[in-house]
Amino acid sequence: MSAGPVTISVFITLFAAISSLGFLATRWKKADLSQLSEWGLAGRRFGPLLIWFLLGGDLYTAYTFVALPALMMGAGAFGFFSIPVSVISFALVFVVFPKVWTICAEGGFTTAADLVEGLYGSRTLALMIAVTGILATVPYIALQLVGLEAIFAGIGLNATVHLFGFDIELPLFVAFAVMAGFTYNGGLRAPAMVAIFKDILVWITLIAAVIVIPAQLGGYGAIFDAVPAEKLLIASSPPDSLGPHFAYFTLALGSALGLFLYPHTLTGLLAASSRDVLRRNAIFLPLYSIALAFLMLLGFMAIAAGVKDMPEFAEGFARFGNVFAVPALFNHMFPEWFRGVAFATIAVGAIVPAAIMSIAGANLFSRNIYRAYIDPKCSDGKQTQVAKVFSLSIKVGALGFVTLLPNTSAVQFQLLGGILMCQTLPSVIVGIYLRWLHPAALMVGWLAGVAAGISMAASTGFTNSLYTLEILGISIPCYSAVSALGLNLLITFAASAMLRVTSKDREIRLQGGA
Amino acid sequence: MAERRGDRRVKWLTLLLVVPCLAVLCVPIYNFDKPRIFGIPFFYAWQIGWIGGGALITWLVYIAVWKDRDV
Repeated sequence: MSAGPVTISVFITLFAAISSLGFLATRWKKADLSQLSEWGLAGRRFGPLLIWFLLGGDLYTAYTFVALPALMMGAGAFGFFSIPVSVISFALVFVVFPKVWTICAEGGFTTAADLVEGLYGSRTLALMIAVTGILATVPYIALQLVGLEAIFAGIGLNATVHLFGFDIELPLFVAFAVMAGFTYNGGLRAPAMVAIFKDILVWITLIAAVIVIPAQLGGYGAIFDAVPAEKLLIASSPPDSLGPHFAYFTLALGSALGLFLYPHTLTGLLAASSRDVLRRNAIFLPLYSIALAFLMLLGFMAIAAGVKDMPEFAEGFARFGNVFAVPALFNHMFPEWFRGVAFATIAVGAIVPAAIMSIAGANLFSRNIYRAYIDPKCSDGKQTQVAKVFSLSIKVGALGFVTLLPNTSAVQFQLLGGILMCQTLPSVIVGIYLRWLHPAALMVGWLAGVAAGISMAASTGFTNSLYTLEILGISIPCYSAVSALGLNLLITFAASAMLRVTSKDREIRLQGGA
Repeated sequence: MAERRGDRRVKWLTLLLVVPCLAVLCVPIYNFDKPRIFGIPFFYAWQIGWIGGGALITWLVYIAVWKDRDV
């Protein structure tokens, strides 16, 4: 692919200018950055607008930008489930998360595992939550790097170095080092600062994309007419099956429940200065969802434009699959200088969430593994230092992931991560409303859910998030996270009821002593 | 806490948030091509519309139940 000098220089200038802002962030809302709540949650001082930018930067990642249109291109209407997800999850932000925020602020909790330890007094349960969070975060960061790779390929920035038998992509390493540097110094302030400017670019690129591209393709009607009929709607159900309708329903529900259990989204929510900030954000965050909807339609625009069959993009599609649809579409549709803007948007869109994810993972490691199990007497400063170092390690892990393993494995592990994250729902969310759940029951439920989730995903070779259950002769295609969560909840409730009835006195004594 | 102070009469309004969730979860009620709205098939237009609908309902609930009462 040819790389225009205009595209490359616009890209590099914008990327450098915006990411350098991350380094200035240490001086912003100045505070003692050796405190973990300052480094890892920016002192819980972000007002409505900043949280809006931060969560926007958090939820709409580089991978969102390239993977969701790719999904629409491949799976058609079925890929649109992210829209119901956003409708449901913002309702949850409004109703449930002010409560979570209050308990965390009052107890000084930084992570979901802190919250669980506070609710149940069980460090083991907290450890399980922390490990789940960290395991689900690494492939998520890796996916951001996959998004970056697709962008670099789209621009034509190919600078691969062959070292120790591995192909190492220089641009990826540079972008990565920039992000690691500002995160290490500024903590959550850095991605928040970058997110503001990133979002301005996102809106410019999106508005241009949804106006310029359809105009060239003959309007939205023509775009949808170019989509094959079987992709335009969700297929109807066969008689002895609940069919694709039900699958769509469970995908939407499960992803919405899992979304705000991820460490990075919770970190974003906990950085708010009050519950009111969260409620107001639940009203205004949907603005991003409208953008997201049109973003996904880029996948259909790629079909209508026919980029997949163009010889100049063949190499990109061979390497990245449908993920290359958006870079190809931008190259085909936009003038050279604007390609630079659009690609810089996605690249910065990768480093913001990746930074927040690594901070969230680091908070978990430092609080719930290091302080809980390795050095219980460590000072606040030491805890922050550990978090900083771990935020680097988790990023190196993700980088290793994309360098050593094929891109498809990041996608597969991310799929598994989503299933695992959902299994923390009983402990983190249900526990807030029902304090009588027993920690041992929650652990057993978690184990059952995780085991069921992994085996369902494994039976599809980790390629499909749906698993068809056969109950009473009816086939029920269901998102594995949801069926595993069902089992998890069933066991948690049954075991809690049993444990509470049989050992009531002992339990009270145990909790009193903790 | 501030949220307990005599606001119980309108708190049930929060239940209205179930409406947009159900609207996007019941696939059979919107899985159609026609009518198209600005060229966009009903399937997509309905779901996009409920993003706005959901935000509007959330805003109304916020004004009615929470505004200036629980900061």
